[in-house]
Order: sequence, then structure tokens, then C-alpha cells
Amino acid sequence: MLSSPAFVIQDEKMRTKTARDTLTAYLFLLPGLIMLMVWLVYPMFSALNISLRDWNIMPGAVSPFIGLKNYLTAFQDDFFWLSLKNTSVYALVTVVGQLLFGLLVALMLEKITRGKVFFRTLFYLPVVTSWVVVSLLFKFLFNSSSAGLVNYFLVDILHVISQPVSWLTEANTAFVAIDTLGIWKGVGFSMIIFLAALQTIPEELYQVASMDGASEGQILRYITLPMLVPTIAMVTVMLTIGAFQTYIPVALITKGGPLHRTEFVISYMYSLAFNDLKFGYSSAMAYLLAAIVFGISRIQMRFTRRDSAVG
Amino acid sequence: MKTKRIIRETIITILLCVAALTTVIPFLYMISTAFKGQVFVFEVPPQFIPKNPTLQNFIAAFASNNFGRYFLNSIIVTVIAVLSILLLASMMAYALARYQFVGRKFIYGLVIFFMTMPAMSLIVPQFIVAHTLQLTDTLAGLIVLDVAQNLPFAVFLLKGFLEDIPKEIEEAAIIDGASPWSIYMHIVVPLCKPALATSAIIAFLGAWDEFVWASTITNSPQNRTLPVAIATFQGVHTTNWGLVFAASLIAIVPVLIMFISLQKYFVKGMVAGAVKG
Repeated sequence: MLSSPAFVIQDEKMRTKTARDTLTAYLFLLPGLIMLMVWLVYPMFSALNISLRDWNIMPGAVSPFIGLKNYLTAFQDDFFWLSLKNTSVYALVTVVGQLLFGLLVALMLEKITRGKVFFRTLFYLPVVTSWVVVSLLFKFLFNSSSAGLVNYFLVDILHVISQPVSWLTEANTAFVAIDTLGIWKGVGFSMIIFLAALQTIPEELYQVASMDGASEGQILRYITLPMLVPTIAMVTVMLTIGAFQTYIPVALITKGGPLHRTEFVISYMYSLAFNDLKFGYSSAMAYLLAAIVFGISRIQMRFTRRDSAVG
Repeated sequence: MKTKRIIRETIITILLCVAALTTVIPFLYMISTAFKGQVFVFEVPPQFIPKNPTLQNFIAAFASNNFGRYFLNSIIVTVIAVLSILLLASMMAYALARYQFVGRKFIYGLVIFFMTMPAMSLIVPQFIVAHTLQLTDTLAGLIVLDVAQNLPFAVFLLKGFLEDIPKEIEEAAIIDGASPWSIYMHIVVPLCKPALATSAIIAFLGAWDEFVWASTITNSPQNRTLPVAIATFQGVHTTNWGLVFAASLIAIVPVLIMFISLQKYFVKGMVAGAVKG
């Protein structure tokens, strides 16, 4: 039966078609794949190799294989732990801040009929403004003199403090500036995601609830928020990943100083490579950071899968 | 009932105005500072409307600080990068969405993998690659990395979009004997316009604002892009903030105009990025 002539011809035809399709597909993929191979795939393996060596940047010089020593160095490096702590605190503060304010603004925007687009546009401005510009802007706003806008506001208008604070010379206060920037820049983003999610809640749910005499607060508590849980989970993870990749504010506002006190993992990694020329150690740290970020995005995938199961 | 609703809406609008003010005040202060002379920058109390507004910062940016060159560099890098991303990504998306072949799943998996990869984590080996290919301190070196970094997300976006479009037109064209390339050029690309617009905006933003790679591989002033130039205007000892913000304004105005006129596509891109999983 299988050897009936018609079937063989059909089969033959299919095979040449598949072969031709494969060739066509790869021709279309080729230019893009070359870019990915040269600039992402190869560097990924190369970074692994570098991280296992005492890398010597001089061309032709020997870079002895030292196994996991660079990774062990990281675990014994106080500055690594400090930078990890700094990054984690930044992530915690800014993620919570962006979530709360983003959700609040989205909920308020849902309730008004006029000026929705206007407000949405305004809140989104920081999101589309370059990190370089907003970092320098916040450095300027948090200037230590009494003419710095934040100092002026706190001392002369609100009278919360009596003396101007030199925000950027000390780690704790520098993080106030960096964290505020992180929240300020990101609120519009989570707002947009929450607005999109609010659109997907079926109108009937609200109608039934208000017919049953549910109050505004009850509707929020028992319908809106539960329906938003998957989105909140997803946004949390996305923002956390983003927070762990934040580099420019540290680079431009404090340069990691004084004495590496305000370093994030990623800025520490960068300065190890391009200031101290410790490429091996820096690559090991890059792998550690990537592992952390991938761990977080694994969790994200679990949430999104549950999200689609719920509907 | 109705008055209650009006009152409630008014209260919410007032709260939104307060929130909007905190968003906008830093921008307003930046604009105002850009029009102040250096002596007026740290005046007490701070002035939102400059007493002696001046254009000297803008003039200084272009006249003595080579700003025109940096602006041109940014435009060259961004335009070439965005066009390359659109071309390469749409070709890849077409192959992935319309063809069955060995390795399809693997290649798409790779694309998704690099979409979630922290952008800066490969900077050391990328720097070595750029050095080997003699691309350090060139605009070409900036372009290639912009393309590689932004390609995965564009592929993801375009592939998803293509898969939602019925194949009938393309199948009719195949029967008429059209080649795969002409199907791609004359049918697929025009159909993908909305998704191409979204990808273009996201890629534009990525390339226009790119700072870390540019500040790592370029040295000479003639290869500086806007973000790097602005960061170097921040002096080692005293910063001429008026100049910094005049330059910043020039750099962000194209983005803001594009954002305000193409908001729909922006928002789509952001939401698509959020649900990429």
C-alpha cells in the first residue's frame, strides 16, 4: 500500500518542497541570525570562558584558566554583597512605589470622563525621556545647596528640615535621590499596563455588582483588585528585572561613590571591567547577575502561565 | 446622584492634577534652567520663570560645543539602526511565521531568550568582539549593537502580528508563481505596517537613547552621540547646568514630538512588551 506509485510521487514532492522551504526560510533568517550570533550568542559563550580565566587584556598574552575562582572571589567580596544589597533595596522600594502609584493613577483615570488622554500623556512623559537626561535632572534637583529645588522645597516651603541636605555625598541620602528617580520615571509605565488590564475586565461584572447594591469600595475590593492580581504579579516581576538592570542613574549621579558605597551589581561589574580591567572577575559577576535575573523571569513565566489559565 | 458624581469626579481630577504636577515640575524646571545664564542657575528662591531669559546656552551648545555634529551622529546611527532592525526582523518574522523547517523552534527560542537577557551583561565580550572587528570608536560599531540588542523584541512583535493575519493572499500569490522574496516585499511588508510602526518606535527609542555602549566604545569627540555628549557636558568640577539642559531639551524634543503624535503605537508596543512572557 505504501509503495503505490502515486504515494511515492506525493512523498517525493513533499520532501523537495520541505527541503526548498527550509532553504528559503534560512535565507530569510540569515542576516538577522548573523547579527545575533556575532553580538549575542558568541559573547555569551565567550563571557563564560573569560569568567573562568585570569583574563589578560593584552593581545596575545596568556590568560590562565582558574576555574571558579572568580566566582568564589565574588562571594568573598564585601563590595559585591554591598552592591547586591543596594540593588535589592532599590528594587524593593522602586517596585513597590511604581506598583502602588501606577495602580492608583490607573484607577483614578478610569473614573474620570474628561482629560483622560491629557493626564495619561503627562504621566508617560518620564517613561519616554532618556535615562541620561532624567538622571542629570535629578542630580540637579537634589543639589546640596539651599538653592537645590528639593532642599528649597523641604526647608523653605514645607519646613520639614531646617538645614539643606547634601544629598549626594552620603550613600543613604544619595539612594533617596536614586530611588525617587526610579519611581518617578516608572509610574507611567505600570499605569499603562494597568489601564490595559482594566479594559479587559468585563463590564457585566460591574453592572451585576452595582445592581446588587455593592459600594464603590466593595467593587474595588471584590472585583477590580482580584481581577488585576495576574497583572500585578506580572508587572512586579518585570519591574524587578528592570530594577536589577538599572545602571545609568548610578553612573551619572554618584558614579558608585563615595568609595563604592552606592554601587549596584551592574555598575560594580562595569567598573571592574572598564576601570580596573578585571575582565574575568567582571564576567563572573555578569553571569551571577544574569542568573539572578533569569531566576526572576522564571517566576514571571509561571505567573503568566497561570494568568492565561485564569483567562 | 448626579451632583454626587460630579463632586467625586472633581475630587479625583484635583488629585490627578497634584500627581501630574509632581511629574511635570522637574521638566518645567529643566526647561527654565536651559534659558538661564550660569549665574542665575542657583538663585534662592529658585525661579521657574527666568528673570533674564537667554538663548546663550542653546547658542553655546551649537557654536562652541560641536553639538550639531553629535546630533547628526545620533541621527545617522538611529536611522540606519532602525531601518536595519525593521528589515532583518521582518525577514526573520516572515520565515518563522510562514515556513516549517528544522530548527524553527530553536531559533525562536533563542530570540525569546535574548529578549529577557540583561542588555549590559555581555558588554565585556561584546567590547572584545568590537575590538577584534576594529569597530571601536566608529559609528558602525554603535549601529551593529543597536541592531543586535533591539532585534529580538522586533522579531517577537512582528511574528506575533503575522501569525494573526490569514495566509490566503500569500497562498494565492504562490499559485500565481510569485517568488518568496516578492511575496515578502509586496504582500507581507505592507500588511505588517502597524506592527512595523510599533517596532520602529521602540527601536528608535532604544537607539536614540543608547548610552552605555556608546560611552564604552567611542572615544573621539567626532563619534559622540547625543546621550554621551550630554553626559560629558556635566563637567568634572563645575557643571554648566544651563548648557546641560539646553542640550537635553534638544535631544528629547524629537522623542516627545514622536511620542505625542504616535502615542497609539507607543502604548501598543509597551503593552505587547509587558505580556511577552
